[in-house]
Amino acid sequence: MIEMKGISKTYRVRKREAGLGNAVKALFSRAYTEVEALTNMSFTIPDGQIVGYIGPNGAGKSTTIKILSGILRPDKGECTVNGMVPWRDRKKCVSRLGVVFGQRSQLWWDVPVMDSFCLLRDIYRVPEQDFQRNLNRLRQQLDLGDFLTAPARTLSLGQRMRCEIAAALLHSPDILFLDEPTIGLDAVSKLKVREFIRAENRDRKTTVILTTHDMQDIDALCSRVLLIGKGRLLLDGSIEEIRAMAGENLSTEESVADLYRRFGI
Amino acid sequence: MKQYTSFFRIRFLAGLQYRAAAFAGVFTQLFWGLMELMMFRAFYLFAPEKLPMDMQALCSYVWIQQGTLSIWNLWGWEPALFQAVQTGEVAYELTRPTDLYAMWSARGFATRLSRGLPRLIPILIVGSLLPAPYGFRLTISFPTFCAFLFSMALTLWLCVSICLVCYSLTFYLTDYRGIITFVPALCEIFSGDLLPLPFFPPVLRRIAELSPFGSLQNVPLRIFGGNIAGAQLFGAVGLQLFWCLTVTVLGYSLMHRGLRRTVIAGG
Repeated sequence: MIEMKGISKTYRVRKREAGLGNAVKALFSRAYTEVEALTNMSFTIPDGQIVGYIGPNGAGKSTTIKILSGILRPDKGECTVNGMVPWRDRKKCVSRLGVVFGQRSQLWWDVPVMDSFCLLRDIYRVPEQDFQRNLNRLRQQLDLGDFLTAPARTLSLGQRMRCEIAAALLHSPDILFLDEPTIGLDAVSKLKVREFIRAENRDRKTTVILTTHDMQDIDALCSRVLLIGKGRLLLDGSIEEIRAMAGENLSTEESVADLYRRFGI
Repeated sequence: MKQYTSFFRIRFLAGLQYRAAAFAGVFTQLFWGLMELMMFRAFYLFAPEKLPMDMQALCSYVWIQQGTLSIWNLWGWEPALFQAVQTGEVAYELTRPTDLYAMWSARGFATRLSRGLPRLIPILIVGSLLPAPYGFRLTISFPTFCAFLFSMALTLWLCVSICLVCYSLTFYLTDYRGIITFVPALCEIFSGDLLPLPFFPPVLRRIAELSPFGSLQNVPLRIFGGNIAGAQLFGAVGLQLFWCLTVTVLGYSLMHRGLRRTVIAGG
Protein backbone atom coordinates (compact mmCIF):
# COMPACT_ATOMS: atom_id res chain seq x y z
CA MET A 1 0.00 0.00 0.00
CA ILE A 2 1.35 3.35 -1.06
CA GLU A 3 -0.04 6.60 0.25
CA MET A 4 0.92 10.14 -0.68
CA LYS A 5 -0.77 13.07 0.97
CA GLY A 6 -0.11 16.66 -0.01
CA ILE A 7 3.46 16.06 -1.13
CA SER A 8 5.31 19.09 -2.49
CA LYS A 9 8.88 19.35 -3.67
CA THR A 10 10.62 22.44 -4.90
CA TYR A 11 14.04 22.48 -6.54
CA ARG A 12 16.31 25.48 -6.45
CA VAL A 13 17.83 25.94 -9.85
CA ARG A 14 20.63 28.34 -10.60
CA LYS A 15 19.79 30.69 -13.43
CA ARG A 16 21.79 33.04 -15.56
CA GLU A 17 21.03 34.98 -18.70
CA ALA A 18 23.24 34.13 -21.64
CA GLY A 19 26.27 36.24 -22.45
CA LEU A 20 29.65 37.21 -21.06
CA GLY A 21 28.45 40.12 -18.93
CA ASN A 22 25.94 37.96 -17.13
CA ALA A 23 28.47 35.17 -16.69
CA VAL A 24 30.83 37.58 -14.93
CA LYS A 25 27.98 38.92 -12.81
CA ALA A 26 27.07 35.38 -11.80
CA LEU A 27 30.55 34.90 -10.35
CA PHE A 28 29.70 37.38 -7.63
CA SER A 29 26.01 36.99 -7.06
CA ARG A 30 24.08 33.95 -7.97
CA ALA A 31 20.41 34.03 -8.78
CA TYR A 32 18.18 31.08 -8.19
CA THR A 33 14.71 30.26 -9.35
CA GLU A 34 12.42 27.91 -7.56
CA VAL A 35 11.00 25.15 -9.69
CA GLU A 36 8.00 23.37 -8.32
CA ALA A 37 8.47 19.74 -9.25
CA LEU A 38 5.47 18.50 -7.27
CA THR A 39 2.59 20.45 -5.81
CA ASN A 40 0.18 18.95 -3.34
CA MET A 41 0.37 15.46 -4.79
CA SER A 42 -2.00 12.94 -3.21
CA PHE A 43 -2.94 9.41 -4.19
CA THR A 44 -3.34 5.95 -2.74
CA ILE A 45 -2.35 2.72 -4.46
CA PRO A 46 -3.64 -0.50 -2.86
CA ASP A 47 -1.66 -3.72 -2.98
CA GLY A 48 -1.63 -5.69 -6.19
CA GLN A 49 -2.50 -2.93 -8.63
CA ILE A 50 -0.65 -2.03 -11.82
CA VAL A 51 -0.71 1.71 -12.14
CA GLY A 52 0.45 3.69 -15.14
CA TYR A 53 2.04 6.95 -14.12
CA ILE A 54 2.08 9.20 -17.14
CA GLY A 55 2.73 12.79 -18.05
CA PRO A 56 4.95 14.79 -20.37
CA ASN A 57 8.70 15.18 -19.79
CA GLY A 58 9.41 17.22 -16.72
CA ALA A 59 5.98 16.59 -15.19
CA GLY A 60 7.39 15.24 -11.93
CA LYS A 61 7.19 11.50 -12.56
CA SER A 62 10.77 10.72 -11.62
CA THR A 63 10.58 13.03 -8.63
CA THR A 64 7.63 11.00 -7.33
CA ILE A 65 9.48 7.72 -7.81
CA LYS A 66 12.54 9.13 -6.09
CA ILE A 67 10.49 10.27 -3.12
CA LEU A 68 8.78 6.87 -2.88
CA SER A 69 12.13 5.07 -2.99
CA GLY A 70 13.70 7.24 -0.30
CA ILE A 71 16.22 9.05 -2.50
CA LEU A 72 14.62 12.48 -2.13
CA ARG A 73 12.87 14.04 0.79
CA PRO A 74 9.87 16.24 0.00
CA ASP A 75 9.44 19.74 1.41
CA LYS A 76 5.89 19.15 2.56
CA GLY A 77 3.37 16.38 2.94
CA GLU A 78 3.16 12.83 4.17
CA CYS A 79 3.96 9.63 2.45
CA THR A 80 4.04 6.00 3.50
CA VAL A 81 5.08 2.89 1.64
CA ASN A 82 3.98 -0.31 3.38
CA GLY A 83 3.36 1.83 6.44
CA MET A 84 6.89 3.26 6.50
CA VAL A 85 8.13 6.73 5.64
CA PRO A 86 10.66 6.10 2.88
CA TRP A 87 13.17 8.84 3.60
CA ARG A 88 13.07 8.33 7.35
CA ASP A 89 13.13 4.52 7.37
CA ARG A 90 15.08 4.23 4.16
CA LYS A 91 16.91 0.94 4.61
CA LYS A 92 13.91 -1.00 5.90
CA CYS A 93 11.58 0.51 3.38
CA VAL A 94 13.69 -0.08 0.28
CA SER A 95 14.37 -3.70 1.16
CA ARG A 96 10.74 -4.42 0.12
CA LEU A 97 11.11 -2.43 -3.08
CA GLY A 98 12.36 -3.29 -6.54
CA VAL A 99 13.40 -0.50 -8.90
CA VAL A 100 14.25 -0.44 -12.59
CA PHE A 101 15.37 2.83 -14.14
CA GLY A 102 15.25 2.10 -17.86
CA GLN A 103 17.88 4.68 -18.66
CA ARG A 104 20.39 3.57 -16.06
CA SER A 105 21.93 0.22 -15.23
CA GLN A 106 22.26 -1.68 -11.98
CA LEU A 107 24.38 -4.47 -13.43
CA TRP A 108 28.13 -4.35 -13.10
CA TRP A 109 29.51 -3.47 -16.45
CA ASP A 110 32.48 -5.84 -16.68
CA VAL A 111 31.54 -8.88 -14.62
CA PRO A 112 29.15 -11.69 -15.55
CA VAL A 113 25.49 -10.91 -14.83
CA MET A 114 25.39 -13.79 -12.39
CA ASP A 115 27.99 -12.07 -10.19
CA SER A 116 25.78 -8.99 -9.99
CA PHE A 117 22.87 -11.24 -9.04
CA CYS A 118 24.88 -12.89 -6.25
CA LEU A 119 25.87 -9.49 -4.97
CA LEU A 120 22.23 -8.40 -4.88
CA ARG A 121 21.39 -11.61 -3.04
CA ASP A 122 23.85 -10.63 -0.31
CA ILE A 123 22.83 -6.99 -0.26
CA TYR A 124 19.17 -7.89 0.28
CA ARG A 125 20.06 -10.84 2.53
CA VAL A 126 18.04 -13.31 0.46
CA PRO A 127 18.29 -16.89 1.84
CA GLU A 128 19.99 -19.25 -0.61
CA GLN A 129 16.93 -21.47 -1.29
CA ASP A 130 14.71 -18.46 -1.98
CA PHE A 131 17.38 -17.04 -4.23
CA GLN A 132 17.72 -20.25 -6.25
CA ARG A 133 13.96 -20.59 -6.56
CA ASN A 134 13.55 -16.99 -7.69
CA LEU A 135 16.45 -17.25 -10.06
CA ASN A 136 15.04 -20.35 -11.74
CA ARG A 137 11.65 -18.77 -12.10
CA LEU A 138 13.04 -15.52 -13.51
CA ARG A 139 15.40 -17.37 -15.81
CA GLN A 140 12.48 -19.24 -17.33
CA GLN A 141 9.98 -16.44 -17.49
CA LEU A 142 12.39 -13.84 -18.81
CA ASP A 143 14.22 -16.32 -21.01
CA LEU A 144 17.62 -15.52 -19.56
CA GLY A 145 19.05 -18.96 -20.36
CA ASP A 146 22.59 -18.65 -21.58
CA PHE A 147 23.60 -15.08 -21.03
CA LEU A 148 23.83 -15.01 -17.24
CA THR A 149 27.48 -16.00 -17.52
CA ALA A 150 28.27 -13.19 -19.96
CA PRO A 151 29.54 -9.79 -18.77
CA ALA A 152 26.80 -7.13 -18.88
CA ARG A 153 28.69 -5.09 -21.44
CA THR A 154 28.37 -7.84 -24.05
CA LEU A 155 24.57 -8.03 -23.87
CA SER A 156 22.14 -6.47 -26.31
CA LEU A 157 19.80 -3.84 -24.89
CA GLY A 158 16.87 -6.27 -24.88
CA GLN A 159 18.87 -8.94 -23.06
CA ARG A 160 20.21 -6.39 -20.63
CA MET A 161 16.79 -4.97 -19.83
CA ARG A 162 15.47 -8.44 -19.06
CA CYS A 163 18.43 -8.94 -16.72
CA GLU A 164 17.74 -5.56 -15.12
CA ILE A 165 14.16 -6.57 -14.40
CA ALA A 166 15.28 -9.91 -13.01
CA ALA A 167 17.82 -8.10 -10.83
CA ALA A 168 15.07 -5.95 -9.35
CA LEU A 169 13.00 -9.00 -8.41
CA LEU A 170 15.55 -11.36 -6.87
CA HIS A 171 14.52 -10.34 -3.36
CA SER A 172 10.77 -10.80 -4.09
CA PRO A 173 9.77 -7.18 -3.45
CA ASP A 174 6.12 -6.29 -2.80
CA ILE A 175 6.36 -3.15 -4.87
CA LEU A 176 8.06 -2.68 -8.20
CA PHE A 177 8.86 0.71 -9.71
CA LEU A 178 9.48 0.58 -13.41
CA ASP A 179 10.75 3.79 -14.93
CA GLU A 180 10.53 3.45 -18.71
CA PRO A 181 11.39 -0.26 -18.80
CA THR A 182 10.67 -0.65 -22.51
CA ILE A 183 12.63 2.34 -23.75
CA GLY A 184 14.60 1.49 -26.87
CA LEU A 185 13.50 -2.16 -27.00
CA ASP A 186 12.54 -4.05 -30.15
CA ALA A 187 9.03 -5.45 -30.59
CA VAL A 188 9.86 -8.95 -29.37
CA SER A 189 11.63 -7.80 -26.23
CA LYS A 190 8.86 -5.30 -25.49
CA LEU A 191 6.21 -7.99 -25.69
CA LYS A 192 8.24 -10.31 -23.50
CA VAL A 193 8.75 -7.64 -20.86
CA ARG A 194 5.05 -6.75 -20.84
CA GLU A 195 3.98 -10.36 -20.62
CA PHE A 196 6.34 -10.87 -17.73
CA ILE A 197 5.11 -7.83 -15.79
CA ARG A 198 1.54 -9.03 -16.19
CA ALA A 199 2.43 -12.52 -14.95
CA GLU A 200 4.40 -11.16 -12.02
CA ASN A 201 1.44 -9.08 -10.92
CA ARG A 202 -1.03 -11.92 -11.42
CA ASP A 203 0.96 -14.67 -9.71
CA ARG A 204 2.69 -12.80 -6.93
CA LYS A 205 0.33 -9.84 -6.43
CA THR A 206 3.25 -7.46 -6.85
CA THR A 207 2.19 -3.83 -6.94
CA VAL A 208 3.63 -2.19 -10.04
CA ILE A 209 4.06 1.49 -10.76
CA LEU A 210 4.98 2.03 -14.34
CA THR A 211 6.15 5.33 -15.76
CA THR A 212 6.39 5.37 -19.51
CA HIS A 213 5.83 7.40 -22.64
CA ASP A 214 4.82 4.29 -24.53
CA MET A 215 1.02 4.21 -24.50
CA GLN A 216 1.01 0.62 -25.70
CA ASP A 217 2.65 -0.31 -22.40
CA ILE A 218 -0.24 1.42 -20.66
CA ASP A 219 -2.85 -0.23 -22.89
CA ALA A 220 -1.37 -3.66 -22.33
CA LEU A 221 -0.81 -3.48 -18.60
CA CYS A 222 -2.52 -0.83 -16.56
CA SER A 223 -5.95 -1.00 -15.01
CA ARG A 224 -5.50 2.48 -13.62
CA VAL A 225 -3.74 5.57 -14.88
CA LEU A 226 -2.49 8.60 -12.99
CA LEU A 227 -1.94 11.55 -15.30
CA ILE A 228 0.25 14.31 -13.99
CA GLY A 229 1.45 17.59 -15.45
CA LYS A 230 3.48 20.46 -14.06
CA GLY A 231 3.73 18.66 -10.75
CA ARG A 232 -0.01 18.24 -10.23
CA LEU A 233 -2.27 15.22 -10.40
CA LEU A 234 -4.68 15.94 -13.22
CA LEU A 235 -6.53 12.71 -13.67
CA ASP A 236 -6.96 9.42 -11.87
CA GLY A 237 -8.95 6.79 -13.68
CA SER A 238 -9.05 3.85 -16.06
CA ILE A 239 -7.87 3.94 -19.66
CA GLU A 240 -11.49 3.77 -20.77
CA GLU A 241 -12.27 6.91 -18.83
CA ILE A 242 -9.33 8.71 -20.36
CA ARG A 243 -10.33 7.69 -23.84
CA ALA A 244 -13.91 8.67 -23.17
CA MET A 245 -12.80 12.12 -22.08
CA ALA A 246 -10.79 12.68 -25.21
CA GLY A 247 -13.63 11.99 -27.61
CA GLU A 248 -14.53 9.50 -30.25
CA ASN A 249 -12.33 6.87 -31.80
CA LEU A 250 -8.97 8.12 -30.70
CA SER A 251 -6.20 5.69 -29.79
CA THR A 252 -4.82 5.88 -26.27
CA GLU A 253 -1.81 7.73 -27.63
CA GLU A 254 -3.99 10.36 -29.32
CA SER A 255 -6.27 10.64 -26.32
CA VAL A 256 -3.37 11.32 -24.01
CA ALA A 257 -1.87 13.86 -26.42
CA ASP A 258 -5.28 15.51 -26.60
CA LEU A 259 -5.46 15.69 -22.81
CA TYR A 260 -1.94 17.15 -22.58
CA ARG A 261 -3.04 19.90 -24.95
CA ARG A 262 -6.30 20.45 -23.15
CA PHE A 263 -4.59 20.77 -19.76
CA GLY A 264 -2.00 23.02 -21.34
CA ILE A 265 0.93 20.87 -20.15
CA MET B 1 28.45 -6.92 7.38
CA LYS B 2 27.96 -9.79 4.91
CA GLN B 3 26.65 -7.20 2.45
CA TYR B 4 29.90 -5.31 2.47
CA THR B 5 32.24 -8.31 2.49
CA SER B 6 30.38 -9.77 -0.45
CA PHE B 7 30.73 -6.47 -2.25
CA PHE B 8 34.43 -6.49 -1.43
CA ARG B 9 34.75 -10.01 -2.85
CA ILE B 10 33.07 -9.32 -6.18
CA ARG B 11 35.05 -6.12 -6.63
CA PHE B 12 38.31 -7.82 -5.70
CA LEU B 13 37.72 -10.66 -8.17
CA ALA B 14 36.67 -8.20 -10.86
CA GLY B 15 39.86 -6.23 -10.27
CA LEU B 16 42.07 -9.27 -10.73
CA GLN B 17 40.89 -9.80 -14.30
CA TYR B 18 42.81 -6.86 -15.77
CA ARG B 19 45.99 -8.74 -16.71
CA ALA B 20 47.32 -6.27 -19.25
CA ALA B 21 46.93 -3.43 -16.76
CA ALA B 22 48.82 -5.40 -14.09
CA PHE B 23 51.61 -6.19 -16.52
CA ALA B 24 51.90 -2.58 -17.68
CA GLY B 25 51.83 -1.44 -14.05
CA VAL B 26 54.71 -3.70 -13.07
CA PHE B 27 56.75 -2.52 -16.02
CA THR B 28 56.08 1.18 -15.35
CA GLN B 29 56.91 0.88 -11.68
CA LEU B 30 60.17 -0.95 -12.36
CA PHE B 31 61.20 1.67 -14.84
CA TRP B 32 60.21 4.48 -12.50
CA GLY B 33 62.11 2.87 -9.63
CA LEU B 34 65.26 2.63 -11.72
CA MET B 35 64.96 6.27 -12.75
CA GLU B 36 64.60 7.36 -9.15
CA LEU B 37 67.64 5.33 -8.16
CA MET B 38 69.71 6.94 -10.91
CA MET B 39 68.70 10.37 -9.66
CA PHE B 40 69.57 9.53 -6.05
CA ARG B 41 72.82 7.94 -7.12
CA ALA B 42 73.88 11.32 -8.47
CA PHE B 43 73.05 12.93 -5.11
CA TYR B 44 75.06 10.35 -3.23
CA LEU B 45 78.10 10.57 -5.46
CA PHE B 46 78.07 14.32 -4.96
CA ALA B 47 77.61 14.65 -1.18
CA PRO B 48 76.76 11.47 0.72
CA GLU B 49 77.43 12.99 4.17
CA LYS B 50 74.73 15.64 3.74
CA LEU B 51 71.91 13.20 3.05
CA PRO B 52 69.41 11.99 5.66
CA MET B 53 69.16 8.31 4.64
CA ASP B 54 71.92 5.92 3.63
CA MET B 55 71.86 4.59 0.09
CA GLN B 56 70.76 1.04 0.94
CA ALA B 57 67.84 2.26 3.11
CA LEU B 58 66.83 4.66 0.38
CA CYS B 59 66.91 1.92 -2.28
CA SER B 60 64.74 -0.38 -0.20
CA TYR B 61 62.41 2.59 0.33
CA VAL B 62 62.16 3.15 -3.41
CA TRP B 63 61.48 -0.51 -4.22
CA ILE B 64 58.85 -0.99 -1.57
CA GLN B 65 57.35 2.33 -2.68
CA GLN B 66 57.08 1.16 -6.27
CA GLY B 67 55.80 -2.24 -5.18
CA THR B 68 52.98 -0.88 -3.04
CA LEU B 69 52.12 2.10 -5.23
CA SER B 70 48.65 0.94 -6.26
CA ILE B 71 47.68 0.53 -2.63
CA TRP B 72 48.18 4.15 -1.62
CA ASN B 73 48.26 6.24 -4.81
CA LEU B 74 45.46 8.72 -4.35
CA TRP B 75 44.87 9.12 -8.06
CA GLY B 76 44.04 5.43 -8.26
CA TRP B 77 40.49 6.41 -7.31
CA GLU B 78 37.58 5.46 -9.49
CA PRO B 79 36.38 7.99 -12.04
CA ALA B 80 33.18 5.94 -12.26
CA LEU B 81 32.18 7.04 -8.76
CA PHE B 82 32.74 10.72 -9.49
CA GLN B 83 30.65 10.26 -12.61
CA ALA B 84 27.99 8.36 -10.70
CA VAL B 85 27.47 11.37 -8.46
CA GLN B 86 27.62 13.88 -11.26
CA THR B 87 25.27 12.08 -13.65
CA GLY B 88 22.84 10.74 -11.07
CA GLU B 89 23.75 7.10 -11.66
CA VAL B 90 24.12 7.02 -7.88
CA ALA B 91 20.30 6.84 -7.73
CA TYR B 92 20.42 3.07 -8.05
CA GLU B 93 22.81 2.66 -5.17
CA LEU B 94 20.51 4.76 -3.02
CA THR B 95 17.63 2.37 -3.56
CA ARG B 96 19.59 -0.38 -1.77
CA PRO B 97 19.18 -1.18 1.90
CA THR B 98 22.85 -0.37 2.50
CA ASP B 99 24.95 2.56 3.55
CA LEU B 100 26.58 4.27 0.60
CA TYR B 101 29.67 5.25 2.57
CA ALA B 102 30.35 1.71 3.75
CA MET B 103 29.66 0.36 0.28
CA TRP B 104 32.09 2.66 -1.45
CA SER B 105 34.72 2.09 1.23
CA ALA B 106 34.51 -1.65 0.66
CA ARG B 107 34.85 -0.93 -3.02
CA GLY B 108 37.92 1.24 -2.46
CA PHE B 109 39.67 -1.40 -0.35
CA ALA B 110 38.89 -4.12 -2.88
CA THR B 111 40.05 -2.12 -5.88
CA ARG B 112 43.30 -1.13 -4.27
CA LEU B 113 44.16 -4.58 -2.97
CA SER B 114 43.27 -6.25 -6.26
CA ARG B 115 45.51 -3.82 -8.09
CA GLY B 116 48.27 -3.78 -5.52
CA LEU B 117 48.87 -7.40 -4.57
CA PRO B 118 49.57 -8.82 -8.07
CA ARG B 119 52.06 -6.02 -8.73
CA LEU B 120 53.90 -6.24 -5.42
CA ILE B 121 55.65 -9.61 -5.74
CA PRO B 122 57.17 -9.25 -9.25
CA ILE B 123 58.54 -5.80 -8.44
CA LEU B 124 60.17 -6.98 -5.22
CA ILE B 125 61.64 -10.01 -6.97
CA VAL B 126 63.23 -7.92 -9.71
CA GLY B 127 64.29 -5.33 -7.13
CA SER B 128 66.07 -7.92 -5.01
CA LEU B 129 68.00 -9.24 -8.03
CA LEU B 130 69.82 -5.94 -8.40
CA PRO B 131 73.29 -5.65 -6.81
CA ALA B 132 73.86 -3.80 -3.53
CA PRO B 133 73.29 -1.01 -2.70
CA TYR B 134 70.72 -0.57 -5.50
CA GLY B 135 68.65 -3.66 -4.84
CA PHE B 136 65.78 -4.38 -2.50
CA ARG B 137 67.00 -5.89 0.81
CA LEU B 138 64.86 -7.07 3.68
CA THR B 139 67.07 -5.97 6.57
CA ILE B 140 64.55 -5.06 9.27
CA SER B 141 63.66 -7.13 12.33
CA PHE B 142 60.44 -9.07 12.62
CA PRO B 143 58.73 -6.61 15.04
CA THR B 144 59.62 -3.73 12.75
CA PHE B 145 58.20 -5.66 9.84
CA CYS B 146 54.93 -6.09 11.76
CA ALA B 147 54.89 -2.36 12.50
CA PHE B 148 55.41 -1.77 8.79
CA LEU B 149 52.46 -3.98 7.87
CA PHE B 150 50.22 -2.30 10.42
CA SER B 151 51.24 1.15 9.24
CA MET B 152 50.67 0.15 5.61
CA ALA B 153 47.16 -1.00 6.51
CA LEU B 154 46.49 2.42 8.06
CA THR B 155 47.84 4.04 4.90
CA LEU B 156 45.37 2.06 2.84
CA TRP B 157 42.52 3.05 5.16
CA LEU B 158 43.50 6.73 5.07
CA CYS B 159 43.82 6.67 1.31
CA VAL B 160 40.36 5.16 0.89
CA SER B 161 38.90 7.75 3.29
CA ILE B 162 40.50 10.66 1.46
CA CYS B 163 39.03 9.32 -1.78
CA LEU B 164 35.61 9.18 -0.15
CA VAL B 165 35.91 12.80 0.94
CA CYS B 166 36.66 13.65 -2.69
CA TYR B 167 33.70 11.65 -4.03
CA SER B 168 31.46 13.31 -1.43
CA LEU B 169 32.62 16.80 -2.40
CA THR B 170 31.23 16.09 -5.86
CA PHE B 171 27.73 16.36 -4.35
CA TYR B 172 28.43 20.05 -3.76
CA LEU B 173 30.11 20.91 -7.04
CA THR B 174 28.99 21.14 -10.64
CA ASP B 175 32.08 19.39 -11.93
CA TYR B 176 34.58 17.13 -10.24
CA ARG B 177 37.57 17.93 -12.43
CA GLY B 178 38.85 20.57 -10.02
CA ILE B 179 39.15 17.98 -7.26
CA ILE B 180 40.91 15.39 -9.35
CA THR B 181 43.52 17.92 -10.43
CA PHE B 182 44.08 19.76 -7.19
CA VAL B 183 44.05 17.05 -4.51
CA PRO B 184 46.57 14.69 -6.17
CA ALA B 185 48.91 17.62 -6.77
CA LEU B 186 48.87 18.46 -3.06
CA CYS B 187 49.25 14.81 -2.21
CA GLU B 188 52.18 14.25 -4.52
CA ILE B 189 54.21 16.88 -2.70
CA PHE B 190 53.13 16.39 0.90
CA SER B 191 53.06 12.59 0.93
CA GLY B 192 56.69 12.34 -0.15
CA ASP B 193 55.82 10.86 -3.53
CA LEU B 194 58.03 13.26 -5.47
CA LEU B 195 60.81 13.27 -2.90
CA PRO B 196 60.90 11.41 0.43
CA LEU B 197 60.03 13.80 3.28
CA PRO B 198 63.43 13.49 5.05
CA PHE B 199 64.92 15.35 2.09
CA PHE B 200 62.65 18.38 2.68
CA PRO B 201 63.85 21.56 4.45
CA PRO B 202 62.93 21.26 8.18
CA VAL B 203 59.88 23.56 8.33
CA LEU B 204 58.29 22.23 5.19
CA ARG B 205 59.07 18.72 6.32
CA ARG B 206 57.26 19.30 9.63
CA ILE B 207 54.21 20.72 7.86
CA ALA B 208 54.13 17.80 5.43
CA GLU B 209 54.52 15.23 8.18
CA LEU B 210 51.65 16.69 10.20
CA SER B 211 49.31 17.02 7.22
CA PRO B 212 47.00 14.10 6.45
CA PHE B 213 49.02 13.40 3.31
CA GLY B 214 52.12 12.89 5.44
CA SER B 215 50.35 9.97 7.09
CA LEU B 216 50.07 8.09 3.82
CA GLN B 217 53.03 6.23 2.30
CA ASN B 218 55.57 8.33 4.20
CA VAL B 219 55.18 6.41 7.48
CA PRO B 220 55.26 2.73 6.42
CA LEU B 221 57.99 3.28 3.84
CA ARG B 222 60.23 5.02 6.33
CA ILE B 223 59.56 2.35 8.95
CA PHE B 224 60.64 -0.12 6.32
CA GLY B 225 63.79 1.84 5.52
CA GLY B 226 64.62 2.08 9.24
CA ASN B 227 64.25 5.84 9.15
CA ILE B 228 61.42 5.94 11.69
CA ALA B 229 61.96 3.81 14.80
CA GLY B 230 61.47 3.69 18.55
CA ALA B 231 59.28 6.35 20.19
CA GLN B 232 59.08 8.19 16.89
CA LEU B 233 57.41 5.14 15.40
CA PHE B 234 54.61 5.17 17.94
CA GLY B 235 54.09 8.90 17.41
CA ALA B 236 53.91 8.53 13.64
CA VAL B 237 51.53 5.55 13.72
CA GLY B 238 49.41 7.35 16.33
CA LEU B 239 49.12 10.35 14.02
CA GLN B 240 48.15 8.01 11.18
CA LEU B 241 45.38 6.56 13.30
CA PHE B 242 44.21 10.07 14.21
CA TRP B 243 43.98 11.10 10.56
CA CYS B 244 42.22 7.85 9.59
CA LEU B 245 39.48 8.48 12.13
CA THR B 246 39.18 12.21 11.42
CA VAL B 247 39.03 11.87 7.66
CA THR B 248 36.54 8.99 7.90
CA VAL B 249 34.20 11.06 10.08
CA LEU B 250 34.62 14.03 7.76
CA GLY B 251 33.86 11.99 4.65
CA TYR B 252 30.88 10.29 6.27
CA SER B 253 29.26 13.54 7.34
CA LEU B 254 30.03 15.25 4.02
CA MET B 255 28.41 12.41 2.14
CA HIS B 256 25.30 12.27 4.28
CA ARG B 257 24.82 16.03 4.23
CA GLY B 258 25.37 15.92 0.48
CA LEU B 259 22.80 13.18 0.02
CA ARG B 260 20.20 15.12 1.97
CA ARG B 261 20.43 18.09 -0.33
CA THR B 262 20.98 16.09 -3.43
CA VAL B 263 18.83 16.48 -6.47
CA ILE B 264 18.95 13.87 -9.12
CA ALA B 265 17.73 15.53 -12.25
CA GLY B 266 16.21 13.89 -15.30
CA GLY B 267 14.47 10.61 -15.94
